[in-house]
Amino acid sequence: MNFIEIENNPGKVKISGIPLLEYPVFLSEMDELFKDESNHCLTYFAYSLSDRFKFICCIGCDETGSIRIFSHDQEKKDGINIESLTKKHFQFHLFEREIHENLGVNFEGHPWLKPVRYPFDRADHRRIMNNYPFYSINGEELHEVGVGPIHAGIIEPGYFRFICNGEKVLHLEIQLGYQHRGLEHLMVSKKSLLQKTLLSESIAGDTVIGHSLCHAGLMEIMAGINVSDQLNLERIIALELERIAIHIGDTAALCTDIAYQFGQVVNEALRTIVINTMQFWCGNRFGKGFIRPGGSNYPLDADTIRKILDNLKEVEERYLQMTGRLFSMPSVLSRFEGVGKVTYAQVSMIGAVGMAARSSGLKRDVRGSHPFPCFKDTPYDPVILHKGDVLSRVLLRKMELEKSIALIRDLIGLIQKQQDAFPVLKPTYRLNLDPGTLAISLVEGWRGEICHTCITDDNGNLMHYKVKDPSFHNWMALALAVRGQEISDFPLCNKSYNLSYCGHDL
Amino acid sequence: MPIREFNIFRRHKLQFIPDLRAVELTPLFRGRPVISKEITPDEESRIINLCPTRAIQSTPTCIDLGRCVFCKECQFALPDKIRFTNDYKIAANSREGLIVSAGEDKPIRLDQVIIRKEIRSYFKHALKLRQVSAAGDNSAEMELNAAGNVNFDMGRYGIEFVASPRHSDGIMITGPISENMSEALQICYDAIPFPKLIILCGTDAISGGVFADSPAIDRSFLEKTHVDLYIPGNPPHPLTIINGLLDLLGR
Repeated sequence: MNFIEIENNPGKVKISGIPLLEYPVFLSEMDELFKDESNHCLTYFAYSLSDRFKFICCIGCDETGSIRIFSHDQEKKDGINIESLTKKHFQFHLFEREIHENLGVNFEGHPWLKPVRYPFDRADHRRIMNNYPFYSINGEELHEVGVGPIHAGIIEPGYFRFICNGEKVLHLEIQLGYQHRGLEHLMVSKKSLLQKTLLSESIAGDTVIGHSLCHAGLMEIMAGINVSDQLNLERIIALELERIAIHIGDTAALCTDIAYQFGQVVNEALRTIVINTMQFWCGNRFGKGFIRPGGSNYPLDADTIRKILDNLKEVEERYLQMTGRLFSMPSVLSRFEGVGKVTYAQVSMIGAVGMAARSSGLKRDVRGSHPFPCFKDTPYDPVILHKGDVLSRVLLRKMELEKSIALIRDLIGLIQKQQDAFPVLKPTYRLNLDPGTLAISLVEGWRGEICHTCITDDNGNLMHYKVKDPSFHNWMALALAVRGQEISDFPLCNKSYNLSYCGHDL
Repeated sequence: MPIREFNIFRRHKLQFIPDLRAVELTPLFRGRPVISKEITPDEESRIINLCPTRAIQSTPTCIDLGRCVFCKECQFALPDKIRFTNDYKIAANSREGLIVSAGEDKPIRLDQVIIRKEIRSYFKHALKLRQVSAAGDNSAEMELNAAGNVNFDMGRYGIEFVASPRHSDGIMITGPISENMSEALQICYDAIPFPKLIILCGTDAISGGVFADSPAIDRSFLEKTHVDLYIPGNPPHPLTIINGLLDLLGR
């Protein structure tokens, strides 16, 4: 066997148990794997050992739910040149760029090994924010439009450069990195688990539950502790509440972008109800402080259950009333329909995840394919739409919201049946991690698949931590969506994805 | 108004909160902490070691809200000695104003003496701000957006966020200020006409928060400028933001 397979999510393997492949063997294994479209790259990274760089590549299968881990290594020397995977399998493009930027490894045949996020510990410090090598086309009828890094609204920074023919966008290139905070470095250098947990909550402040759940799952599997079924249920309820809140907020924002102010204000007020429910439960509207390794400080009591059920009933009725109106207005539909189209072939090629994949017909949802604890017993069938335009992405939000509300009701039903049977423990910040181990954890956040990977040394200390936000795959989908569109539709396309800047920049 | 909109509106009702100064937040909301006077040296050193952002200091025991990320772990460790109240009015206009010492249980107020005179004479009835997210995690940004939404409606006081620094009276910074964002922040600040305000929104912006000792951040911008308002929180609640601004403007 040229790889090691994990059946569970989260899961772990001994580092020594991962076969170390010759690079050409690794390449041919990838060729073989990607004949099957249901495989995609979960994460591909390299880390530095004393005399060599070790590469870890994790491939997930949407159908079987397996995670296959491959590894190869390269001796440290000046000018490492290896053949690029991106030539044949485009979804590796950003992973290879990232490795190139961090460690200076050269991938021959990669279309453009441009900087990804200008990390403070990058291999080449001559590369600076101000001289990003943008693609350009010469032509008298073309012009370029630059936007950013500071945008007109209250959002995170990033730089967009369009090449336009009149009003029509030919090409969009996105330069990120402004949000880089050295997060992966801090994950290793900070000693206390509480600090790491807080960092995981700040990876993306709009996906607090998603990222901190992924991190907590990773630490728990590393330390070999099991949490109670009750706690798993509570965590999923929080995860789905987060999804509901954001989906409503996004519906509001999309109404703003098509100048339908009534839809905006109604949805904004509904989002407030959902995040205030989270605040009632744990004291923070975004769920900060809720997910803790090994236990919880905010067990779900009868009052909170009642509050969640009441508020969801109210929100569901009003949201469906509002979207019923929204989707029946010709003037709204004409702004959503057919705009920002991304095809199945494109999302499959770039390895898109989450809503970006599901709105273009690609069935990719960790809740269904790699069920994390609790989803194991309640199978989840993801919502799939096929058109891949803005309308699909709005409709998908509405349909997922209905599913999430139904799911929360089911889970609360389970909890009410077995109350007191599974006590929720207090969190623990003293965990002994397995030495020499690699662990991987996947969570379906509201944007899509979140993947955290960590590696411990022989003493059980963290030596490498890798975070992959779904936006890492999906920014490319936005760049494809605006091709051939009016540049004035960019805000609409952008909002329909609502990708994370800080989740990408780390 | 078409009949279907009318039906939605009838259900939706008026959403704005009439008095933003008198809202009572849910009991679990983590706002201004109260530390008991009876805290022992042993207990004190326990929570100093526990605090993830070194927000707790000694003699007298105090919590610096500019560093605190409101994780409440110190209260879980010493439930009889520390209590986070649901008092959300925690903005201050000096770093010292954010420090809550043992035995204190009084509202946090702005130091009236150090408020620059031009702030109230120019901006009392209309304040336009440019927001810059400098490696903020998007939670404080979302709360700033929420401050202007239909529930909180900050616009009723003439406080708004504008698209250009040229149109603004000051800058509202979120995030610990990454090295990669430091130049853009400086350019934006330079483009704002005098007199201009600086407001730091969120614990990340005030002290760096959990990112305080990251090698990827560069906070030198703050060394050469005067900060007019500190709004702590992780992220700050819209009510904390609005009440802080109203206090600064003397409304």
